[in-house]
Amino acid sequence: MEYEFTTAEDILKLTKKHKISISDVAKRFEAENSDKSIPAIRSKMKRTRDVMYEAVKKGVKSNKKSDMGLTGGDARKIHMSLKKLSTMMCNKVSIRAMAYALAVSEQNAAMGRIVAFPTAGGAGVIPGVLFSCAEHFKAGKRRLLRGMFTASAIGKIIAEGATLSAAKGGCQAEIGAAVAMAAAGLTEMRGATPEQCFDAASIGLKSYLGLVCDPLGGLVEVPCAKRNAIGTQAAIGASDMVMAGVKSFIPFDEVVQAMNNIAKHMSPKLRETALGGLAVTKTGNEVKKKLGMHITPMD
Amino acid sequence: MSDLSIFDVAGPIMVGPSSSHTAGACKIGQFARALFHHTPSKVVFYLHGSFGEVYKGHATDRALLGGVMKFRTSDPRIKDSFEIAKKKGIKYEFIPKDLGHKSHPNTVEIVLSNRRTKMSVRGRSIGGGMIEICRINDIQVLLKGSAGKRLSLVVCHEHEKNIIPDVIAKLEELQGMKVTKGVHTKLNDTTITVLGLEGRRITLPEVIQLEKDCPEVHFIRSLSKLQKQ
Repeated sequence: MEYEFTTAEDILKLTKKHKISISDVAKRFEAENSDKSIPAIRSKMKRTRDVMYEAVKKGVKSNKKSDMGLTGGDARKIHMSLKKLSTMMCNKVSIRAMAYALAVSEQNAAMGRIVAFPTAGGAGVIPGVLFSCAEHFKAGKRRLLRGMFTASAIGKIIAEGATLSAAKGGCQAEIGAAVAMAAAGLTEMRGATPEQCFDAASIGLKSYLGLVCDPLGGLVEVPCAKRNAIGTQAAIGASDMVMAGVKSFIPFDEVVQAMNNIAKHMSPKLRETALGGLAVTKTGNEVKKKLGMHITPMD
Repeated sequence: MSDLSIFDVAGPIMVGPSSSHTAGACKIGQFARALFHHTPSKVVFYLHGSFGEVYKGHATDRALLGGVMKFRTSDPRIKDSFEIAKKKGIKYEFIPKDLGHKSHPNTVEIVLSNRRTKMSVRGRSIGGGMIEICRINDIQVLLKGSAGKRLSLVVCHEHEKNIIPDVIAKLEELQGMKVTKGVHTKLNDTTITVLGLEGRRITLPEVIQLEKDCPEVHFIRSLSKLQKQ
């Protein structure tokens, strides 16, 4: 297996040896591993992209609340604010990214169709960052796909070295991972080197280490949806820092090891069980009561 | 071969809100239906742990029922699976139940029945949409979610009669088919054997023919139609 990889180091060796980008490594790995042609892999990723785009387009127009009524309609509000940019602090790309990310998360909460990229809880960050920036670059669809392949490669490294499940590692493993993936994908779309992509991923992931998963009533709605929106800002920021010449002090593989270490020490109460953090606040317990769950006092 | 594909990260395409409580539940339902192989007239779901606690908010119930009706994880009809089941005349029931402290928090036991037969399938959703089937008719097995990709064949027969070599011989007579490995588990007189196939998918007529040719076998079920997920 020539293109097999489990760490950033493996990928960097392959990119140097074959003089290719991270997205090419991901494509060739998948072709080799699943015994399919590269065009077949590309068209499968195109389908993934189309589903993500559908969710974005539906979400920014939708006013519908989720079944429990905790989320819905906010993506539309943010998207509308694009018309009054002069009153906003962020630029157009950032605001659009937030709107798109929230759109996907709201669709997810309302049982719409989404891509769990990398998981359902963190599904907003990557479409938010990549679609908004691609519109800004006026990038062709090919360039967008490259960003998506790079993001998947980063996700695979995190899945192999740590985890992508909030039940095991808290929110850092879902939205944190998504931020790292989006930052690297965006950086490759901007034509940076593989090393710079990993620097962006490191900076993104480092900022999300230790984030716990404490959803109200165990539902993937609050705080997940808005965390996705803010996650896009971290990813865009990390990519911008790298493009300005900043390097990550800690290599990506070590950041992933740190994430795994933190996951091991994290209390089960803070890992998708709704027994700690925001889930046991006064508001959190009200939601639990409405769902007919046991009330947990804050200890 | 690496177990983790790029598309395990960039996917699955699914209906929300949770990969373990919705997409995984739907997949367990699909496995149960494939193993039952008939249209059930009644399905009872026993929900354990976290499944029993939060199944309403995560639409675990609708996803399980949708899976039993062969919906994919990305099928928007999952949302309306209660109404669709009523139209199809499938009765359903959801009962939170403790399935033992050793069970994974996301475990469900599905009991499917129609006028002629009855079967119970127990499965667990282990995160990110990945699942494992751990019991069929109270016999412990381990079928991973990739069982469809590995083209597995599930054979149930009486323990006394050593008929697996016979089944394997008949399988290898088929063109382009190779049996890679078999795993046996037994309870009382009944044994379940999971065979891995290689080469190509086995077609439904071939499975039915095989079942006819081996009358001692209780049932043979192919999981290869779950491949395209």
